[in-house]
Amino acid sequence: MTIHLQNVSFTYPKAPQKKVLDIQHWSVAPGEQVFIHGPSGGGKSTLLNLLSGILQADRGKVSVLGERLDQMSNRRRDRFRANHIGCVFQQFNLIPYLDAIDNIRLAAHFAATKQASLNHETGELLSALGIAPSDRCKPTAQLSIGQQQRVAIARALINKPQLLIADEPSSSLDQNNRDTFMALLMSLVKEHDITLLFVSHDLSLSYHFGRVEALSDINTPDGAH
Amino acid sequence: MFMRLACKSLLNRRGSVVLTVLALTVSLVVLLGVEHIRQQSRDSFGNTVSGVDLIVGARTGSLNLLLYSIFHMGSPTNNISWDSYQHIASGKHVAWAVPIALGDSYRGYRVMGSTPDYFTHFSYGGKRKLQFASGKAFSGVLDVVLGSEVARKLSHKLGDQVVLAHGVASTSFSLHDDKPFTVVGVLAPTGTPVDQTVHVSLRGIEAIHIHWQQGVKMPGNTVSTEQLAKMDLQPENITAFMLGLSSKMATFRVQRQINNYSREPLMAILPGVALSELWQMMATFEHTLRLISACILVSALLGLSAMLLASIREREHEIQLLRVIGAPPMFLFLLIELEALLISFAAIALGTSLLYFVLVVAKDLLASEFGLHISTNIVSESNAYIMLLMVFSTIIAAAIPSLKAYKNARLR
Repeated sequence: MTIHLQNVSFTYPKAPQKKVLDIQHWSVAPGEQVFIHGPSGGGKSTLLNLLSGILQADRGKVSVLGERLDQMSNRRRDRFRANHIGCVFQQFNLIPYLDAIDNIRLAAHFAATKQASLNHETGELLSALGIAPSDRCKPTAQLSIGQQQRVAIARALINKPQLLIADEPSSSLDQNNRDTFMALLMSLVKEHDITLLFVSHDLSLSYHFGRVEALSDINTPDGAH
Repeated sequence: MFMRLACKSLLNRRGSVVLTVLALTVSLVVLLGVEHIRQQSRDSFGNTVSGVDLIVGARTGSLNLLLYSIFHMGSPTNNISWDSYQHIASGKHVAWAVPIALGDSYRGYRVMGSTPDYFTHFSYGGKRKLQFASGKAFSGVLDVVLGSEVARKLSHKLGDQVVLAHGVASTSFSLHDDKPFTVVGVLAPTGTPVDQTVHVSLRGIEAIHIHWQQGVKMPGNTVSTEQLAKMDLQPENITAFMLGLSSKMATFRVQRQINNYSREPLMAILPGVALSELWQMMATFEHTLRLISACILVSALLGLSAMLLASIREREHEIQLLRVIGAPPMFLFLLIELEALLISFAAIALGTSLLYFVLVVAKDLLASEFGLHISTNIVSESNAYIMLLMVFSTIIAAAIPSLKAYKNARLR
């Protein structure tokens, strides 16, 4: 299994009375593209942060790509995330004052990506994502939102992740850009055989995915299992 | 990539970063400038006299004696009789003695009466002897030897006529215009008060005061040069004298004998001891200056810390993103520290360049107005320590925002 959660619960330290996540059992098979939907504040981002190892579950087993994140040290989790997990968000995907190439190189800096082939791979990825060479050296703040999201995909894919986590990545795009973005994303994950976990409140995107789940079916923080 | 990220991050916030660099630069220039001038003043003062074992004058404070006899600052309390000078100078431990007579001036520069032995025995800055840039020591009654600065500032050359004034005020109406002196020598620069001194013979001092009573010239009496040459111009009094002893072991014994001299109240001082007394007096002033400079640096560093702390809030999303792509909290801590160090290094580069430029521009002004001969070479051990201290303080000052970034990163 790429993802396997068992008896996982999570509460933010600032609001210890309010359990955000309580997942009895949930798993995702390798190569699956899973769409999770749910209302804002339902714990979607928290779940993604748990799976990427940014947050640590209060209890339970969090296994990603066969590794127990709940048993790893902080440093190992950071390295594991850099090497195996790619993330794309709705916004703030890039460091605005760095250009596209530097943003991608920065992601590679924290992973075990070979620096020798990095330039070549960065160029290939950006070409595949339709970022013109003249736009690659501009600070990303000067790119359009659509271009920024495509650079974000390149940044997420540069370390050849086995799991891609996408948190409402198309929400800030218009209809045309959204369709192009989704088509590009789906073709890339299929091409690289990446497990995709896509979270959104927009159910209209669900037709791109083989598996669609409501977060409320997985997560029962109020105890209604 | 780490360095690139830090540089680009600073460039992205160039407005606040430039102001912070300027604040640190100014504080560093003040700190280095104070230290440099302090050190140079000490060296300059310390180099003023060398090879003189004792300075003897009328009984007064040792600092006062040192200041008026060597630095030509202030006024003597009394004169010494020529007989006492001769008696002490003929002592068995005395290798040489050079008398000093002060009290006249030339266009604001002090006139010092002495003997040609002055040019042989007086040393400065590590026993360096006085050198003549042109001409020679005085031999005639109305010969004068100018310090380098006097000659340069007043554009005098050999053969020029010089009229001395009675008293040491910069503007005097009592001129010894009936007996003009002729420039026979110009000394090479020494970086000491010698450069600002007009040297004449003791006989010359006596000569210009013939027919003077109570500091006023008696009208109607003139003496020709021929008459002067025949006159016995031995002085009755001098201001002070310098002694070189044949044995260093005898220094304290001779000092005690002079201090207990029964014929008139005299005082002998060791120039080095008097100088150290001067430094002790100056220490409070120096410490105050240092404290003020340090406070300026601290405030600039607090400004740096505040600027970085504010940037952490602005960069919340950036920190979050860095964490997502695998940056450990320590990376963020070090990133903020590196940014602070880059600001500090920029301030050091700018500050040292600025100080050098200021010294080059102000060098002549400091020498002419304050008699301070300041080197433009700011490379020194103490300055290196100050720069190291600044780097270390920067690390400390940046620790607060760095820890904040670290903590934020861990909480995510």
